[in-house]
Amino acid sequence: MEKQVILNSKHLELTLNRLCYELIESHNDFSETVLVGLQPRGVQVVARLKKQLENILTKEVQCGNLDITFFRDDFRRREKPLIPSITNLDFSIENKKVVLVDDVLYTGRTIRSGLDALLTFGRPSKIELLVLIDRRFRRDLPIQANYIGKAVDTLVSERVSVEWKETEGEDKVVLFTKDKNE
Amino acid sequence: MNNISVDHLTGIKDLTSEDIQLIFKTADSFKEVINRPIKKVPTLRDITIANIFFENSTRTRLSFELAEKRLSADVVNFSASGSSVKKGETLIDTVNNILSMKVDMVVMRHSSPGAAEFLSKKVNARVINAGDGTHEHPTQALLDAFSIREKLGTVEGKKVVIVGDILHSRVALSNIYCLQKLGAEVMVCGPTTLIPKYIADLGVKVSHNLIEALEWCDVANILRIQLERQDIKYFPSLREYSQQFGLNKEILNSLSKEIVVMHPGPINRGVEITSDVADSKQSIILQQVENGVAIRMAVIYLLASKIER
Repeated sequence: MEKQVILNSKHLELTLNRLCYELIESHNDFSETVLVGLQPRGVQVVARLKKQLENILTKEVQCGNLDITFFRDDFRRREKPLIPSITNLDFSIENKKVVLVDDVLYTGRTIRSGLDALLTFGRPSKIELLVLIDRRFRRDLPIQANYIGKAVDTLVSERVSVEWKETEGEDKVVLFTKDKNE
Repeated sequence: MNNISVDHLTGIKDLTSEDIQLIFKTADSFKEVINRPIKKVPTLRDITIANIFFENSTRTRLSFELAEKRLSADVVNFSASGSSVKKGETLIDTVNNILSMKVDMVVMRHSSPGAAEFLSKKVNARVINAGDGTHEHPTQALLDAFSIREKLGTVEGKKVVIVGDILHSRVALSNIYCLQKLGAEVMVCGPTTLIPKYIADLGVKVSHNLIEALEWCDVANILRIQLERQDIKYFPSLREYSQQFGLNKEILNSLSKEIVVMHPGPINRGVEITSDVADSKQSIILQQVENGVAIRMAVIYLLASKIER
């Protein structure tokens, strides 16, 4: 596997900062808006966004985590069972604007499951999508993000991994490419 | 995390402690699901489950049915009364007839010990044992241990006493296996006639004194006297049993520490447990019922994920 850093820690911080201002542009003071991170990898993105948004706005931003395991479309189609994570939405999303957050947008299937899972909690007035990395031209479903950290063109054989200081030791986004002889 | 190691849930005896932890972790998520405004997930929409009950049941049957429906499975119910079993059809014929209508999973309660195990070897479907005679009742033991874990944080190292009709109880045997696999200490308590002779070989303590047993334990699981399975008299009268082994508020208050009280139901109020104990804040009887749905959803989910498409 060949490794290529797409975003280093400095760029990642700038990108997150820009996303925060884009969010504020559309959602003002976040009084009617909540951020919902998709388990497992969207959670860390939300945690960072929350911290920065609260710094800028100097008020609390409501955030939650959503597990989509039971809404996935590949149950019984994979070797290993799908093990659920924790859903943590201790507020009502009824009539709220919800921004779904994930690290990488690829086929769009996770987001499709996320939309279904989210609707079991009520009827939001609007749902938007924020992703840190958009793997363009790789969608299986007609799904697009409203806020994009960075768009990258990738092959199916490649893999994008978002790594965090808290979990992997360093903030960065890495593109893994298979060697020609692999 | 790996798959659950079994293809059928016929008894706790076949499970590993990793299996049980996997079931608990999955049940945690389902418990959250059944407390949402919309309590249903679409996961099992292409699975059909038959609930086959050759013995009476309220809680277990309702609980399984709710669990199946909340996973979006198609459900067919069958009870032996009013069926062709009365006309002389054998168990395997009955089940195979149901299966030829394209059923993927069978939940069965039967009065004969080993019926679920037998069925799992003979038919082409996943089998979940919902109680087989005096043998095992695995989902009850799982939900009991899950409730202890929820109340006390962990099962490991806890002391659990099972009080009552151990001889006829499938709940007791499954509970002993399950609690021991999770690292708890188990004691059984009851009249000598209702304690199986070689039960100590399973590594459980035996007591015939209720107060002594309660002083030892962190959790007391009180069982019903199964009069329907008792073909001879095992004790002089229910009143005498109740005086010696019935749990009342006075005994509960006299203990040196606060214990957790459980009961798998159905309760015979005033016999094995008095109303004020069953309804007290130390009792987690209704939480057990709530957890039952989450545990059964987890078991069905994990077994269904192994059904080939």
